[in-house]
Amino acid sequence: MTGHDHDHHDHHHHHDHDHSELSETELRVRALESILTEKGYVDPASLDLLIDLYEKKIGPRNGIRVVAKAWSDPAYHARLMKDATAAIAELDYSGRQGEHMVVVENTPAQHNMVVCTLCSCYPHPVLGLPPVWYKSAPYRSRAVSDPRGVLQDFGVALPETTKIRVWDSTAEIRYLVLPMRPEGTDGWSAEQLAELVTRDSMIGTGLPKQPGETA
Amino acid sequence: MDGAHDMGGAKGFGPVVPEPNEPVFHGEWERRAFALTVAMSRPGGWNIDMSRFARENRPPEDYLSKSYFQIWLAGLETLMIERGLVTSEEIEAGKVLSPPKPDVKTLPPQDVVPTIRRGASTERTPTSPALFAVGETVRMKEIHPPTHTRLPQYVRGHLGTIELNHGCHVFADLNSLGVGENPQWLYTVRFDGPELWGKDTDPTLSISVDAWESYLERV
Repeated sequence: MTGHDHDHHDHHHHHDHDHSELSETELRVRALESILTEKGYVDPASLDLLIDLYEKKIGPRNGIRVVAKAWSDPAYHARLMKDATAAIAELDYSGRQGEHMVVVENTPAQHNMVVCTLCSCYPHPVLGLPPVWYKSAPYRSRAVSDPRGVLQDFGVALPETTKIRVWDSTAEIRYLVLPMRPEGTDGWSAEQLAELVTRDSMIGTGLPKQPGETA
Repeated sequence: MDGAHDMGGAKGFGPVVPEPNEPVFHGEWERRAFALTVAMSRPGGWNIDMSRFARENRPPEDYLSKSYFQIWLAGLETLMIERGLVTSEEIEAGKVLSPPKPDVKTLPPQDVVPTIRRGASTERTPTSPALFAVGETVRMKEIHPPTHTRLPQYVRGHLGTIELNHGCHVFADLNSLGVGENPQWLYTVRFDGPELWGKDTDPTLSISVDAWESYLERV
């Protein structure tokens, strides 16, 4: 949303206590936390744990492990395509906003892209919390009507013959894109393959890195 | 509700601008607003559909000018005020002015990880057979509920094909009203780009939504 610029501003001027809209928001949140704590509704230690969980434990590295394993283990790939929730739980990723997972696989014939036009639905256990652009009006409005234009915004151009399939997450089903394994990676281990997987390639707004692109 | 949140196909918002090396949260207040919202769902007792409605049910100019976590904050305030957990006077004053609501459950630290790891499945045991089969053509109903719905405007009235059947799931529209889960069969319905956006649309494009059975009608 348009407030993103303000967010960014805040990020760099965190200690500026001017009279901007953002400082008001900051003060409002601080006051609200103290009200809710004083009333006994929340335990600040629980808030710290929630933040730690989403900043440090739940993130795209989880999805990267899923993709690298699917690329390197055909039996796992088969299980992932048949019952993604169970196959992802094998790697110990499960829960909130990933209760009902579906994996959609990119091929030379079809590229998949995931959006939530109504809010911000996103598969948290494998990708973490969504980036600002995923929740923004430009992405939510255009992903379903002009996905090739959106891909251009990400610097991605696909062959005109590749079909584009957009999945709008309007219920509690959460989608993870399985990107195509890059050429020239025969015999690579899951750990090596993981270096090529990017978050955006698992949303469908990017492609995996090519061998040699990783530092 | 046909609100500003229902953005599929809207024009004029400009390009998508990804932020390189984006942090999970932009500043401390986003961290706390996120955590407060998640933690308050236990004492608040609301469900995810009520939360979504509290966020989207606001004037378009308000929805579009707030940042994502500002909308979360506003939604949280609405939900808490509705349930008498806090008053709007307390929020404006920034201090406690009334006693807490008695007998509310809190989220203790030891429950945080198990609660998130468990999640909340929305799948329920079916009590009747599915009305539609995979491969069948259906039309999305042309409805405009004043309350929460997960049927986006851009597919209403259009023809699609049932692609997946996900089983029976809690029906968001009614669950948001607090009148029970009323589970229904949930399907992925796929549309050809030109069916939604006109005949000049890229013919290689197709789009799907996940739709509860009562959103669909037989053709």
